[in-house]
Amino acid sequence: MKVTLKYFASIREAIGQGSESLSTQTTTLKALRDELIGRGGAYAEVLAHGRAVRMALNQEVCEDTAVLSDGCEVAFFPPVTGG
Amino acid sequence: MSFTVSIQTQDFDVSQELTALRAGDARVGAVCTFVGTVRERNDGSSVASMELEHYPGMTEKSISAMMDEARKRFDIYAARVIHRVGLLHPQDQIVMVAVTSAHRGMSFQACEFLMDYLKTQAPFWKKEVTPEGARWVDARVSDDQALARWGIAATNTVAQ
Repeated sequence: MKVTLKYFASIREAIGQGSESLSTQTTTLKALRDELIGRGGAYAEVLAHGRAVRMALNQEVCEDTAVLSDGCEVAFFPPVTGG
Repeated sequence: MSFTVSIQTQDFDVSQELTALRAGDARVGAVCTFVGTVRERNDGSSVASMELEHYPGMTEKSISAMMDEARKRFDIYAARVIHRVGLLHPQDQIVMVAVTSAHRGMSFQACEFLMDYLKTQAPFWKKEVTPEGARWVDARVSDDQALARWGIAATNTVAQ
């Protein structure tokens, strides 16, 4: 299925782009994150398990067990610091 | 009676906002406002400027959701949240939360609830420019704890 990936703040800077389109065989947020970690480099570093990475599916913060759907939007970002 | 959110680069006039928020609603007997501003010092460094980034779409949705939650919990008539993004300097206004109610208790509580919620749930990120260079502001565990007081578990700072 096709998913739109979005990256923000320090994660966006490290990866070097704010968004990308991806065709993936993965079906959960966790599996998708693992696929991206598998790319190595900055992806592996900033998305590594044990880091404070927030994930949103279709613009709602989700646990990594959330199930992907075709055309969905997945975002990875660090802890928020607004206000 | 309205519950609205604006994400904008331009500054805002608190007095105008409060006039508009309570206009035409004679039930209102209390207006509580919080305004957050840019400090000249943060975490031991002087701050020359800061850049605020957000997640367009999700930001508005998350703040609307927190207003829905505030309406369930508190007897309030209207609320307005304005959050600026882009380049800001010390003393600039960053955020305003304003709430109206019949008596002060409900608007005081709802205003604090909305700010506690926003600090850990709305997708904004601050990057400061200091003499030591530019740096992303770290999330505070104390902000997660502030939301926990309302019975909502916040995990903004938790690794996973």
